[in-house]
Amino acid sequence: MPFLNKNTRHSITLFLDGRKVTGLAEPRLLLSDFLRQEQFINAVHVACEHGVCGACTVLLDGKAVRSCLIFAVQVAGRRIDTAAGLADENGELNDLQRAFRRHHALQCGYCTPGILMSVTDFLARNPQPTEGALREMLSGHLCRCTGYTGIVRAVLDVVAKRVSSRSSCT
Amino acid sequence: MKPKAFDYLRAESIDEALAALAEHGTRALLLAGGQSLVAMVNFRLLEPALLVDISSINSLRYIRMAGNSLEIGAATTQAELLAWPELESRQPLLAKALPFLGHMQTRNRGTVCGSIAHADPSSELPLCLATLGGEVILRSIRGERVLSAADFQTGMLATARHQDEMIAAVRLPVAQPTAGYHFDEMAIRRGDFAVASVAAVASGEAVRLGIGGVADRPMVYDWSELEENIIDPALNALAWDLHGQDDLHASARYRRELVRRLGRRAIKEARSCRS
Ligand code: FES
Ligand code: FES
Repeated sequence: MPFLNKNTRHSITLFLDGRKVTGLAEPRLLLSDFLRQEQFINAVHVACEHGVCGACTVLLDGKAVRSCLIFAVQVAGRRIDTAAGLADENGELNDLQRAFRRHHALQCGYCTPGILMSVTDFLARNPQPTEGALREMLSGHLCRCTGYTGIVRAVLDVVAKRVSSRSSCT
Repeated sequence: MKPKAFDYLRAESIDEALAALAEHGTRALLLAGGQSLVAMVNFRLLEPALLVDISSINSLRYIRMAGNSLEIGAATTQAELLAWPELESRQPLLAKALPFLGHMQTRNRGTVCGSIAHADPSSELPLCLATLGGEVILRSIRGERVLSAADFQTGMLATARHQDEMIAAVRLPVAQPTAGYHFDEMAIRRGDFAVASVAAVASGEAVRLGIGGVADRPMVYDWSELEENIIDPALNALAWDLHGQDDLHASARYRRELVRRLGRRAIKEARSCRS
């Protein structure tokens, strides 16, 4: 797919939340809009559309990125994970989502899906982060409701539980 | 905000990208990580007719030693450089500066060369490039040329790159074994553009100080020796010399004060890291 004309909608195939999907995108279509409007993933939230707020964060090949700063045509053949794919097939929330609920880590929830995806990437790379490193990472997200306290508590709780469940297996 | 329509070329090789630039001239723009470019395209501050995406050219994705420099290819992300195990030992200034650059989420995608190409006066990598005296390797179908940092950045968001050229790589000198390095900045919020930033290199009695965010480009000052009692007057002279302006984020006066304080602290820290 080397050259794509601006006036044509091009078929792109990608791996979205573990499924192979195909959709149409003209070159200028942002990944965030492709996910919402073509794939109906409304767990991708859009606020600033210029990379500042973090609401639109998804995983691209496992790494947290702003989907409003990527064009859909750029991710053909790649893996995209969104917050819609975190729960299991029965709708059972994962440990991170449950911790967010327990610790009141969201109020309006607008920032939440983006933060969940950043934390997913962050904990995969740093399974036992310090609170400072966690807060530093969260600086890539704007939350206008919580003051971040509940978010930090929820993530640290997940860290502690994952560590203890690992050690009990060994 | 949605971008204006553009054609898209996913270049599979350097030659393909250079040919597209040569053919389309000012109508084409290079897209690497897009962390500045896509925001500007979304705002329609830029309206390219063609975006040439170089982010999947594998031969541009590398970090390697080239003589006494670290050479970083155009598709290498900021996160890849930050995660490079040898970074701290090869060039501690970069290891200290990169965490200030945007956020984890933007470093995952943003490239080292892209940030230098964008040439924002308050950006961390152009300041490191200037302070370390690095080089920019430019390629076009006409050939290759290498520019020093000082010759490359010519002003705010302005560089000496010609329209048909691509930054293929940048070279950043590795640390001198006995020198100390420090980076610091003040931003309104973590990850925001710096109101003022400083990069300091201390070697023997000599000090080099680079300042970003105040003038229209990173400015570098050298002292062959800088005794304790002349640091403050020297920094004060420099703070005025930079001609910082009032803007939305800070007054010129506040910027001068930041230069004095961050400068003093950075010199002290860099000196304490000498060995
Ligand atoms: S909507 Fe993408 S960062 Fe704000
Ligand atoms: S919960 Fe409302 S913005 Fe974060």
